[in-house]
Amino acid sequence: MNIGVLALQGAVAEHIKSIELAGGKGVAVKTVEQLQEIDGLILPGGESTTIGKLMRKYGFIDAIREFARNGKPVFGTCAGLIVLAERLEGAEEPHLQLMNMTVARNAFGRQRESFETDLDVKGIDTPLRAVFIRAPLIKEVGDNVDVLSTYKDEIVTARQGNLLASSYHPELTDDYRLHEYFLNMAKEASANR
Amino acid sequence: METGTSRVKRGMAEMQKGGVIMDVMNAEQAKIAEAAGATAVMALERVPSDIRAAGGVARMADPTIVEEVMKVVSIPVMAKARIGHYVEAKVLESLGVDYIDESEVLTPADDIFHISKEEFTVPFVCGAKDLGEALRRIQEGASMLRTKGEPGTGNIVEAVRHMRLITGQIRKVQNLSKDELYHEAKTLGVPYDLLLGVHETGRLPVVNFAAGGVATPSDAALMMHLGADGVFVGSGIFKSDSPEKFARAIVEATTHYTDYELIARVSKNLGTAMKGIEISKLDRSERMQDRGL
Repeated sequence: MNIGVLALQGAVAEHIKSIELAGGKGVAVKTVEQLQEIDGLILPGGESTTIGKLMRKYGFIDAIREFARNGKPVFGTCAGLIVLAERLEGAEEPHLQLMNMTVARNAFGRQRESFETDLDVKGIDTPLRAVFIRAPLIKEVGDNVDVLSTYKDEIVTARQGNLLASSYHPELTDDYRLHEYFLNMAKEASANR
Repeated sequence: METGTSRVKRGMAEMQKGGVIMDVMNAEQAKIAEAAGATAVMALERVPSDIRAAGGVARMADPTIVEEVMKVVSIPVMAKARIGHYVEAKVLESLGVDYIDESEVLTPADDIFHISKEEFTVPFVCGAKDLGEALRRIQEGASMLRTKGEPGTGNIVEAVRHMRLITGQIRKVQNLSKDELYHEAKTLGVPYDLLLGVHETGRLPVVNFAAGGVATPSDAALMMHLGADGVFVGSGIFKSDSPEKFARAIVEATTHYTDYELIARVSKNLGTAMKGIEISKLDRSERMQDRGL
């Protein structure tokens, strides 16, 4: 499985490392043409305003919507989750508007409030070490969205069909089980195509 | 639940990779920087070229400026404390800034000791011009590095020298034998364990940005080509003819630093870049890179 990581800005190398530990092949994606060569796409952490601007500039908005419409899986972490959301609280314009959820940016506060913790995630048997950095939260989801984990009653991992989103950074630890989960989504999608 | 762990502090810098961090002096400039695609802003009272021109003692910015900037942007806000000035750093932490730059651009408060950064919840970035400085800052708790370059000159040559030196030294360390590593740690004046990490991984354990002299989109792309993880632009944007255009162009050139046609396109009709200074014309006492070793 070739898994692309959108490489406009942010923690690209870490995702490639995790996906390769999970048994996939990681590819840095800088142009829309490269979407043809991959079976799944990761939208990494970074600054969502920067990533969103560059996505618009280079035609990624329509291209990734099309990619997802074709059933190929997309996984957004932190800024990537913001980019996936249909609705954003505050002034930022929504970007891909693919996932039926409302997201609040910097929901835990500033960097000094950033933290790591053990998190139970549906589909993963023991807790995952989750690193939250100026992290967003999923404030509300539609009926078609499955909540995979919560932290203090707030939604931090969710899945809607071929779309997966986490408000924390699974790529900053050596635990690649969420990447393995995503890789399996890509395998299933490819088997159904 | 743990805050201020090294993973959380270093991770924050990882999220800045491939991005441009811009110096701003007020809320209006901060908004221009964010709209242009900056991944963070550095809130300052004066940009380095003005500090250079003004002379005298340069200190932490007025907290009003920092707070004003924090209020108007959603991207992270950084601010500078003087080298060794523990209290300025604590004050910035209490304001809630997202990153502190213990910076040679300001006049050092301590000519021997840096701040012990480990004990802070907020992460620090520090300047380095060689591998020894880089690893010493990491040992003190820095979570991110940047080249020192020569701030406020608009001249890229020093940043290039520092980046090349650091990457060259890393390659050398990779090829040393165990017994040579002990000696190299002594020569560089760094802890053996950190040097061993560089030997094994072939990289620094934290991200390393370029800073100090970036004035054009091509300068930013050059630093990425030399292995920088991202770019700080100090005086280069708001001392240019058209800050908005320069800011946008530098962001694009940093993302696509190997796409030369794109860099050519974004470099067109930018107007005049900041006026530069030839390094040999600087008096030794005016070199900021020699502060904090």
